[in-house]
Amino acid sequence: MDLTVNIGKLKLKNPAMTASGTFGYGEEYSEFVDLNKLGAVTVKGLSLKPMEGNPSPRIYETPCGMLNAIGLQNVGVKEFLKTKLPYIRKFDTKVIANIFGNTIQEYVKLSRILDDAGLDGIELNVSCPNIKKGGIFFGTDKKMLQKLVAKVRANIRNAVLVTKLSPNVTNIKEFAKIAEECGSDAVSLINTIPGMAIDINTRKTRIANITAGLSGPAIKPIAVRMVYEAYTAVKIPIIGIGGIMNAEDAVEFMLAGATAIAVGTANFVNPQTTIDIINGIESFMTENGISNVKELTGGFKT
Amino acid sequence: MSKYIKAEITENTPLNKNHNLLVLSSSAMPKNHVPGQFYMIGTSASYDPLLKRPLSILRETSSDKNSGELRFLYRIKGKGTLMLKGMKKGEILNLLGPLGNGYPLSHKDLTPVLIAGGIGIASLFPLAEKLGKKACLIYGGRTKDELIMMDELKDIPKELIISTDDGSLGEKGTVIDALNPFLTSNFQLPTSNFLFYACGPTPMLKAISEFATQKGIKGYISVEENMACGVGACLGCTVKTKKGYKRVCKEGPVFPIGEIVWT
Repeated sequence: MDLTVNIGKLKLKNPAMTASGTFGYGEEYSEFVDLNKLGAVTVKGLSLKPMEGNPSPRIYETPCGMLNAIGLQNVGVKEFLKTKLPYIRKFDTKVIANIFGNTIQEYVKLSRILDDAGLDGIELNVSCPNIKKGGIFFGTDKKMLQKLVAKVRANIRNAVLVTKLSPNVTNIKEFAKIAEECGSDAVSLINTIPGMAIDINTRKTRIANITAGLSGPAIKPIAVRMVYEAYTAVKIPIIGIGGIMNAEDAVEFMLAGATAIAVGTANFVNPQTTIDIINGIESFMTENGISNVKELTGGFKT
Repeated sequence: MSKYIKAEITENTPLNKNHNLLVLSSSAMPKNHVPGQFYMIGTSASYDPLLKRPLSILRETSSDKNSGELRFLYRIKGKGTLMLKGMKKGEILNLLGPLGNGYPLSHKDLTPVLIAGGIGIASLFPLAEKLGKKACLIYGGRTKDELIMMDELKDIPKELIISTDDGSLGEKGTVIDALNPFLTSNFQLPTSNFLFYACGPTPMLKAISEFATQKGIKGYISVEENMACGVGACLGCTVKTKKGYKRVCKEGPVFPIGEIVWT
């Protein structure tokens, strides 16, 4: 049985990845998950300088999902290379760094540092809804996205380039196409969907940042639809993200057009979700006489 | 070492209208817990509620050699704990832990004073048991219905002071109201000879921290925040400290008095 998938020139041992911001730097879950078994680990979003993040409360549970406004708290790229990367590098899995900056120059600088450090992949976060500038600003403006992806592309040599798209656009196809045309090796989608919750007794916000990103099974149908739409528009691989809880969800995303999938919120519910998904995909393939997992990608019948 | 395991409910008994005692058993149950540590407990097999609930370990017991048993107290507060209340003996649930750092048993020369507000007793109970007659316990709630485990508690500490906001049991007022006369009347010691351990609602912890700082009393508080992963990955449960944001699930839930920056 062949479980391997290709994200550009990067060959993953299976399609199961972790979504940025939900798996720390890998180390946090190493007690519960054999990291060697994962296709890839995407680490928490990195910036040039350490970031403090947003005030509390940062999360709030909603029906079949959760809101978060962490505000990209991270140790900064320097500390990441010094203390976090050496740990995750001990495992036989691919490591993708999710990055974000306030300016194109910052993205470029970060990409070069991480490319030089031998990261397998760089994921451009252009879709974080929880920071004031940068982030989503690049992901919802076509010209800015074009400039950003092209500039980063021109500055990295070895790492595979992934652009993480925002669901906060009217036509996802256009943004996926821009990423492809400007040299992105793959696109990942979707990031969280902006949401909000109010405590009716105090009339105050449930989240200090007021607005926050919604994730979990509540957003899955939206994500499947957007993966399907992007698949009809681009040839580059798609990493499907959004409320994936089990192998059935993973297969659904692949049928819609995803080459690989990333598990996010489900890690919080069951720390072994990624492993359960890999085993479940294998069982599904056995039961359905599928020998190569790549066969699932885009296998949706209209 | 933390584990993700399935455990069987061997007891889920109402203690009063809003509080239950939950007993879980598993052959894989971790052992040697530190008072103040917690578990993330799955309350439903469906996606609503989605996240696990953090519950403090009340007590570690063993029914026999092959099986470990853990006890938890919970207050029925929202959807998750309401579903937990509906679960029956014999049902299986998912358990992640033990998590977090418990109460440090430092400053052995000082007299420990445990201060519990409402369900905060769940976290302090194992510490009270461990310290026994060395410690005093001040336990308060809004009304007597918020005070549980009273029969068990009365013989554990050297002295037990009860307070309720409405005066329905013990002294009328908050635990802070009870604290000052207790410290001055019962002991000849200067206040700096006490060591506080507190767990309860945030306004109470804030008041205790201010009280302790003012009087030069050292101690620890266990804080609560909305939690998702419980293992330090999501950065959802942070509190502001003098050294930046820290994770309640990982660097906490116990913090030294004076470290948290209250907002």
